[in-house]
Amino acid sequence: MNWTVIGIWLGALLSLSLYSFLYKDNPFYKFAEHLFVGMSAGYWVIYNIKNVLIPNWWNNLVPAEGGMQPIWLIPGALAFFMLLRIVPKLSSLSRMSLSLIVGTGAGLSMTAMLQTNALAQVNGTIIALGQGGGLLSWISNIIIVTGVVCGLVYFFFSKAHTGVVGGAANVGITVLMVAFGASFGYTVMARISLLIGQTQFLLFEWLPTMGINL
Amino acid sequence: MVKMLFVLPLLIFASVTFAQCVGCPEEELDVGCESSEPCGDCFIQSLVAEDASNDAGGGIDLSWTIAVDVAIPDSMVLERLDSGGVWSPITTLQPADGRKTDSGLENGQQYSYRIVPFYGGIAEPASEAVSAVPSKQWIHTGRIWMLVILTLISIVVFYFIEQGKRGKELYIRRIAGLTAVEDAVGRATEMGRPVLYIPGIMDMDDIQTIASMVILGRVAMKTAEYGSPLLVPTCRSVVMSVAQEIVKESYIQVGRPDAYKRESINYITDDQFGYAAGVDGIMVRQKPAAIFMLGTFYAESLILAETGRSVGAIQIAGTAMPSQIPFFIAACDYTLIGEELFAASAYLSKEPKLLGSLRGQDMAKLFFMVIIVIGVLSATLGEAWAPAMKVADFLKQITSVE
Repeated sequence: MNWTVIGIWLGALLSLSLYSFLYKDNPFYKFAEHLFVGMSAGYWVIYNIKNVLIPNWWNNLVPAEGGMQPIWLIPGALAFFMLLRIVPKLSSLSRMSLSLIVGTGAGLSMTAMLQTNALAQVNGTIIALGQGGGLLSWISNIIIVTGVVCGLVYFFFSKAHTGVVGGAANVGITVLMVAFGASFGYTVMARISLLIGQTQFLLFEWLPTMGINL
Repeated sequence: MVKMLFVLPLLIFASVTFAQCVGCPEEELDVGCESSEPCGDCFIQSLVAEDASNDAGGGIDLSWTIAVDVAIPDSMVLERLDSGGVWSPITTLQPADGRKTDSGLENGQQYSYRIVPFYGGIAEPASEAVSAVPSKQWIHTGRIWMLVILTLISIVVFYFIEQGKRGKELYIRRIAGLTAVEDAVGRATEMGRPVLYIPGIMDMDDIQTIASMVILGRVAMKTAEYGSPLLVPTCRSVVMSVAQEIVKESYIQVGRPDAYKRESINYITDDQFGYAAGVDGIMVRQKPAAIFMLGTFYAESLILAETGRSVGAIQIAGTAMPSQIPFFIAACDYTLIGEELFAASAYLSKEPKLLGSLRGQDMAKLFFMVIIVIGVLSATLGEAWAPAMKVADFLKQITSVE
């Protein structure tokens, strides 16, 4: 039995089943969808046990060199509280774990967001308008600075977008839309290359298994 | 509030003073910083080992200078003295590297290093050995200005929250996507179809997912009031648990705990495209009349938005992922762009505390705009007038990120 050919056939049939969704929902798509969801859910359970739970918790609780680190019982208990959600009377204990996750996430994000979304952008925008030399650099730098400042004005929520503020906000959203348009085109090109890759698989790997060589 | 205005500057002062102490060269010498004497005919000159700065410990920075009048070796090997007193190679260096960080070390233990140059595969005498002791730093000295700016922003935000709590009317401009929330839920009720809420594909440690959960609470209140079924498929199990808690709370708040259905908030899979396939299936089979896609999205955004459009649902999307916003704009009826997602909770609830926080954040944006304008003008003038460049350099310094 040639397992490579079986693999190619499985890949091709599942690809075609998923593409059939472009026509309408049908039993082939349902089968491929349920298989995909079920297998990926199972895969992630094992992945999390092997790559998160064992190395990050169990190996610290019971180190290979012997002994036990009781401090690691705390995250273990918090994880156990999450499992208690299936017991209605004790399910409220899971709120402790959830609040810890949400609070930690928000706290850590605060500095990261300020660093990457604010300070780094401000730092990158502080440029001499003549930087780079030549008329085109002047125009380019003026567009960058005006775009950033007007973009910030658009995200003012406590001021009505009328008058000068409204004008600046309009410039800001226009700059944003131009940037989004460029991003859209760029990403569509990447998606088309994915489609080409899958089509090549069907044409040049699957069809030859049936003796059809293009 | 007034007390905080006194306490916070003190906190900043203490942090800066402590940071300066942590970063002083004398202290580095105390932990074993050592430099070799220049070697007359060696390729490696003055190898230096020092504790890696601004880290959580476990790292030693090695740097060296090379002789310009000595033949360049074919390769160099960095060696570390192990606990048995034997020099062990840890990595191969290129002659032009100049620096290397050894990481994964034990804090408080002294480590010794030397570099052995190789000519034609033959080892030449090693450089002089240097030692250092890795340690962790509590304060990242490169981020002091960030702390100052964050503290200032926090003071302003707390000030406006206080103003909001005291009853001062705080204006918030109209955000079209959020005004449409009620209409979307109302439409679903009239059509007798469910409302589908997709909270993105990231976990609860993601700030966009947190913002999405706050909005979910408001949407759930509307669905509870109108009696529309609410479906929340999630990509992470923890998000499912949080969503269940939030929706349950919302249903209780509007006096409809009986309408809450825990099983309508379910986990699909952690896999990005497995999740997209599952949600697409829900869309085409349940045919929701309103779809909310609020949170962090990646490549699945267009797959979801296109399917939602094909079933004729009114779609309200929002994300702070710049690469995905264009797809939502193209395929959805309303799109919350970037920070509008974070403003949504204040907009929907109109709670003075949240509105005050929003006003404070606007002031922060104004602060950054002023810095940009002054910085650009100073940098431009600075090309002809040196003192102006100092202002630009200072502003660049306080906003630099390490």
